Amino acid sequence: MTIFFAILFSVSTLVFAAGLAMKIAQYARTPAPLKIPTTPAPLTKGGVALRLGREALLFESLFRGNKPLWLFAFVFHLGLAVVLIRHARYFETQVGPLVALVQPLAQPAGLAMVAGLALLLVRRLVVERVRYVTGPSDILMLVLLLGIGVSGMLMKCVVHTDIVAVKAFFTGLMGFELRPLPADPLLGLHLLLVCLLMIIFPFSKLLHAPGLFFSPTRNQTDNPREVRHLAPWAARLEEKG
Amino acid sequence: MAAAPFDIPALGDPAEHPIPALKPGAMAASKPYVAAEAHQQPLGFPGELTEGWEKRAVEHMGSLVSKYRSLQVYMDICVKCGACTDKCHYFLGTHDPKNMPVARADLFRSVYRRYFTPAGKIAPGLVGARDMTKDVLDEWFNYFHQCSQCRRCSVFCPYGIDTAEISMAARDIMDSIGQGQKYCNEIIGKVHKIGNNLGLPAPALLDTLEGLEEDMLDDTGVAVKMPIDVEGAEVLLVTPSADFFAEPHVLGLMGYAKVFHAAGVSWTLSTKASEAGNFGMFIGNYDQMKKISMRIREAAQELGVKRIIFGECGHAWRVAYSFLNTLAGPWDFLDPRYPVPQHILEFTNDLIERKGIKLDKSGNDGMVLTVHDSCNVARGARMGDRPGGQFTIPRAVIQASVPKFVDMHPDTICDKTFCCGGGGGLLTDELMELRVKGASPRMEALKDVVDKQGVTHMAAMCAICKAQFTKILPYYDFDREMVVSVHQLVSNAIILGDND
Ligand code: SF4
Ligand code: SF4
Repeated sequence: MTIFFAILFSVSTLVFAAGLAMKIAQYARTPAPLKIPTTPAPLTKGGVALRLGREALLFESLFRGNKPLWLFAFVFHLGLAVVLIRHARYFETQVGPLVALVQPLAQPAGLAMVAGLALLLVRRLVVERVRYVTGPSDILMLVLLLGIGVSGMLMKCVVHTDIVAVKAFFTGLMGFELRPLPADPLLGLHLLLVCLLMIIFPFSKLLHAPGLFFSPTRNQTDNPREVRHLAPWAARLEEKG
Repeated sequence: MAAAPFDIPALGDPAEHPIPALKPGAMAASKPYVAAEAHQQPLGFPGELTEGWEKRAVEHMGSLVSKYRSLQVYMDICVKCGACTDKCHYFLGTHDPKNMPVARADLFRSVYRRYFTPAGKIAPGLVGARDMTKDVLDEWFNYFHQCSQCRRCSVFCPYGIDTAEISMAARDIMDSIGQGQKYCNEIIGKVHKIGNNLGLPAPALLDTLEGLEEDMLDDTGVAVKMPIDVEGAEVLLVTPSADFFAEPHVLGLMGYAKVFHAAGVSWTLSTKASEAGNFGMFIGNYDQMKKISMRIREAAQELGVKRIIFGECGHAWRVAYSFLNTLAGPWDFLDPRYPVPQHILEFTNDLIERKGIKLDKSGNDGMVLTVHDSCNVARGARMGDRPGGQFTIPRAVIQASVPKFVDMHPDTICDKTFCCGGGGGLLTDELMELRVKGASPRMEALKDVVDKQGVTHMAAMCAICKAQFTKILPYYDFDREMVVSVHQLVSNAIILGDND
């Protein structure tokens, strides 16, 4: 089990990092030939940063668009954020201040994450319009995340695993050193699902996380009259006359 | 009321806006006429579908996805959350689930997935990937011509996914394989051949302008001019050709002329740029957009003007405000003290603020006005120097011209405005059912202020909105003359003669 997970974890981390980097590079390389911010839009770069910040942290547009969905999504993502920060302690020898800060929130955050996901899943199955646009992959993705959340919560609250050994395994792995992983089926399931998630991340709709920052309707400055905006391929057209 | 061969949606209370139950296939039969070879070829598109079009469509898709970041990102990141599902006026009016923005975009996305993503190549069923087939193409033709590219969906999407961008790309792909839409392509052909969307030749234009000058002289006793092709004028006015043609558009044109006259600014129209509209945007074709925009540059250079001002037209203003600098700039030969281009409402509002013109509201006595924010102005462009100027400036001009103004329900105005139902190249008779049904959210909000606040007229600042409303208002038991140009109100209120 130790060797299997050592390999799987290394591979999936690699796929996740490389895949994501490739996608981000692709977004960054693809030109935006025309100015298309959804107006009213900020006139300055600082304004754009604020707009994107509000979208990323508060889900501003979603709040305007659908309040129940906003609540479910917000609860899930907030829980996820806390849980992720908390997980840093399994990778660092010295527990950082942020991790220490969220430590007491771990359990409620885990619950919020699972509850948010469950609500999102129910909504997907119950609301006719949303069911119509739902594909098998959308359901599987929620189930996968739920599986990770539930197995994690079970380990935290019900059948405790040898967390010291888990930490040793991961800190060891980062130093290319093999230390034994506890042979706990729940832990195995949890890690397996996490690896799966990392592998599909760069090929799935989970790309919405980096994608938001590349969305031209949200990240462009509203200054087309002041500044001429010309994509490289459009500039080449111009030279040809 | 016109007897329609389809149901007219019942209008409820805009504050409640119930979300309709799905009626799959309700609009599966709605489609515009396919462009004939005669409409395709002048634009450099193939005349019809030929052997191997599937492959060419996929290739063109690949090239667009690599050229447009919007498309690439929007193909990948939609989470199918459904926040956009109840935002499209065509879905609200027709109940056809394929008119939900995400479902519309998925028609395109399913093909993108199949050919350009690992998941779609390995497990098409899992991620809803589809081969490019004739059935898929037919669906594209129907439903990408049931999108007015109004961008209302993009306002509410957590990632700003703009289905209009996807519709444009789909239409460009269809054009590139010989399955164009007649209405748009025929019009673009007329712009290239005759100079404007309506196909009005220069002599007809001159005739019309002379007639309008006579009308204004009779009405006001003042010799307001309508100059055309005047070299050395300060301002080149580029306006939708509907302004030369039909009411209420033409009443707005007289309004612009009176404002220029009262302000003492020399101006001219141009036979070469006798059209502000740029249907290149509706078909998502960069080359066409550029070519149509270049006429304006050439006209400005030939006439030696110092400024360019656009008349009342929504998509024309979006192309002008957001794209003209890109497509036909740089504009360094014009007077740098003015933005290029300006909107006529910016010009008029500035004069009102500086007291450069005087308005007398009694010219519009008895009228209670509301305003329809045109989508392409509201969500795609700006006026003035502050965000949201496109909402405040038209309202300021209207309020200065009329005795009473009220806004429609807040969920239906400004950046949440509902499309007139005829934008995006859908203003064609064979799409009448779609146009009437798609207008229902706007009609609902209008009826609300008519019933509760005594509104008598609705001002519009877009040629397409005006044309659409005059046609569909009777279906909802309203008088077609309810819709007015913003500058028609200015025209009625402006005091001519004593401004010197
Ligand atoms: S752009 Fe407008 S018409 Fe098109 S899908 Fe979005 S809301 Fe509907
Ligand atoms: S709101 Fe945006 S992310 Fe959500 S389904 Fe619609 S297009 Fe997709």
